[in-house]
Amino acid sequence: MELISPNINIDFVGRKTIAVMFSAALIVIGLVSLLIKGGPNYGIDFAGGTLVQVKFTQVTKAADIKDALQSLELGSLVVQQFGETADEFLIRAQNTSAELEGLSKQIANAIESKYGVGSVEVRRAEMVGPQVGKDLREKGLMAILYAMIGILVYVTWRFEFRFAVGAILALVHDVLITLGAFSVFNQEIDLPVIAAFLAIIGYSLNDTIIVYDRIRENMGKHGKDGLVKVVNRSINETLSRTILTSGTTLLVVAALFVFGGGVIHTFAFALLVGILIGTYSSIFVASPLLIFWEERKGGKGTKAVAKGGIA
Amino acid sequence: MSKSLKLRGGLVFFCLLLSLISLAPNFMADSLPEWWTGAFDPIHLGLDLQGGMHLVLGVDVDKAVESRLDSTLDQIEGLLNEKDVIFKRVERLPGDRLAVTVYDAQAGSQVDSLMKENFPNLEAMTLSDEGGYIQKNYRLSTPEVANVKDYAVRQALETLRNRVDQFGVSEPTLQLQSENRILIQLPGIKDPDRAIALLGKTARLEFKMVAEDVNPQDAIKGVLPPGTQLLYEKDVNRQTGETTENPLVVYEKTALTGDLLADAQVRIDTRFNEPYVAIDFNSVGAKRFDQITAANVGKRMAIVLDDTVYSAPVIRERISGGSAQISGAFNEQEATDLAIVLRAGSLPAPVHILENRTVGPSLGRDSINMGIVSVMVGGLLVVLAMAVYYKLSGLVANIVLILNVFFIMALLSLFKATLTLPGIAGIVLTIGMAVDANVLIFERIREELRLGKTVRNALDAGYSKAFLTIIDANVTTLIAALVLFQFGTGPVKGFAVTLSVGIIASLFTAIFVSRVIFDFFLERRQIKRLSI
Repeated sequence: MELISPNINIDFVGRKTIAVMFSAALIVIGLVSLLIKGGPNYGIDFAGGTLVQVKFTQVTKAADIKDALQSLELGSLVVQQFGETADEFLIRAQNTSAELEGLSKQIANAIESKYGVGSVEVRRAEMVGPQVGKDLREKGLMAILYAMIGILVYVTWRFEFRFAVGAILALVHDVLITLGAFSVFNQEIDLPVIAAFLAIIGYSLNDTIIVYDRIRENMGKHGKDGLVKVVNRSINETLSRTILTSGTTLLVVAALFVFGGGVIHTFAFALLVGILIGTYSSIFVASPLLIFWEERKGGKGTKAVAKGGIA
Repeated sequence: MSKSLKLRGGLVFFCLLLSLISLAPNFMADSLPEWWTGAFDPIHLGLDLQGGMHLVLGVDVDKAVESRLDSTLDQIEGLLNEKDVIFKRVERLPGDRLAVTVYDAQAGSQVDSLMKENFPNLEAMTLSDEGGYIQKNYRLSTPEVANVKDYAVRQALETLRNRVDQFGVSEPTLQLQSENRILIQLPGIKDPDRAIALLGKTARLEFKMVAEDVNPQDAIKGVLPPGTQLLYEKDVNRQTGETTENPLVVYEKTALTGDLLADAQVRIDTRFNEPYVAIDFNSVGAKRFDQITAANVGKRMAIVLDDTVYSAPVIRERISGGSAQISGAFNEQEATDLAIVLRAGSLPAPVHILENRTVGPSLGRDSINMGIVSVMVGGLLVVLAMAVYYKLSGLVANIVLILNVFFIMALLSLFKATLTLPGIAGIVLTIGMAVDANVLIFERIREELRLGKTVRNALDAGYSKAFLTIIDANVTTLIAALVLFQFGTGPVKGFAVTLSVGIIASLFTAIFVSRVIFDFFLERRQIKRLSI
């Protein structure tokens, strides 16, 4: 079976204006959403706070639970449904003071006094202090930075510096858009999401490198055609693989998104967005960037040669 | 069969056998001999899958420095009295300073030489004149402060380990995380609140004499004679279960501390059928207790734990055996826990809970089930896609994909790695990405076939041309995974592990094993058309 004809010849590079506009639009939407909402929506891992997951033996409403908890005076309290049926809820509180240490028990008691003894089970209780949250946030950012530096070094070593620049810019593009998507869709950024971001970086790069590898190969064979033609040819030749691999990866990530359960939901969401964007960027962002870089450097290069000639 | 193929086939077979051996304890631990289950553990599940508690405790090291200064202060006072130096006062000032105030320059120089000789760890700071007195300031040297802090954290770790051991948790983890943080993981714990109460308690036991001549009601209003402090005694009414707090004024100076305990046991008082904790002092403690009780017959002595009075019994007679009992308003479990913390020793400084993640066993079970469903559904979809797209060659890819998951599990088991929920996600992701190597190879083979090459030549060219591409693409993902491993804690680390292991296993299966299968089928037959 073939999805993509071997003789396909789409002018990807020629559509770069549309691509630039599309990418810019996605990034701007994300940034505007981030600005309006005052920065990323951190979960308790990074913002600090308390989270309790409770499961009821009966179906109930978030507002009723909030009522039951009013006597605890927990400050700003958020109760939201967890999963499909209305018998499981997440309760979040912002503060993490010492009195909140026995919070899960207090919450269970308060709920039981309204719903009856044995009607609720505390399935998960997490408390992250503000200092730990801050540390985790910094470490997360550093991890993404270090991963990018490591990749930059490797790609420079295996290819050339200009390839590495293209690859890294494509990665920044992917992470920015995924971050924006988190803000637009009100998803929370917690610890596993950082893992997902790094997986996206790895995946997107994987895609980019396969196209780059073909460009390098074709530059040897068809170098005289000029970079634009070589890039176009390479993207077309690898298109079938790109679509198939993205397809299979998206299949499993979608399975994770649907069947993986609430705890892993944001993680799967990040992967879903990231893989779509990563696939797009390796075709429409990373490779055209290579040409853009080449054209600028090429211009300077000829000047240098001219100067040399005069001297 | 050619020699190379036999060798390669043998290697694959060997890996398969090793995986089977290492994975067997997961499925049939009961029917295997002991040496087998002893050598290969079943895959270790993370706290998020089996349920349990993850705690990060911060040791308040500044408090440790303060208490060190307090004890140094006592020593200085004792020394100056012993040497007959006339001084106004010795005190601890804000900013971790000690100040000795004397009346004249002569006493000042005496203090100087005594301090230099006896307290080499103290650094002299500025002198200040204060209304005709000379105030000499000292502070702990920087390396000494670092020592005190370091010791406090190590000692805290040791004490917490003792407590956890006595609490009875299987396979607990306790480790220093960063300078003053201690990570504790208690898998499968049933009563998280009790664990917190047990671990978070400083358990500083002190015996203080009650200041009978001070009226507690005055003390509440703020009238406290110097050298005394106001504490509260908790009392639970046996009939109503109501808790009341009775104020009690005691002398600040501690008569005896829990450091001198040899043992603590729970006993039941037969008269009221109530638990109490019987304590035994060591020889030094017993001697001191003997002296104190002899000197204070008829007075009350408060038994204070972490600034709460448990009881304040009247000393009826001199007690020379070195035993005492702590009774108070507690139930049997509280008494058991009190005995545990007393036996394990007090923490050198208070600890605060910085992070607490507790997952109940039911959620962990759900997570495992959902994880398995995701792996199954995702895997099935990929297998179908490959079979439809690449026909028989797709089947080869599918065989190596299943082998791949098998190898990943075996490697996790061999490395004694921990499987977490993000770890399962890592396996799912690997399944999606693992076929990539085969897709790359197959697409290359198709290209070569279109150029008119024979099946054998196309296979050779496909594998060799795709090889470097696959390596380059996977090394970058591996870099991201390794960074993640360095950064990550708990569940996230689990993702990094399965992702790294998955990449290595998939390189082996997709490049090496799939080639062995192709070669095996192509060796004796002349195949004109490859089903790809």
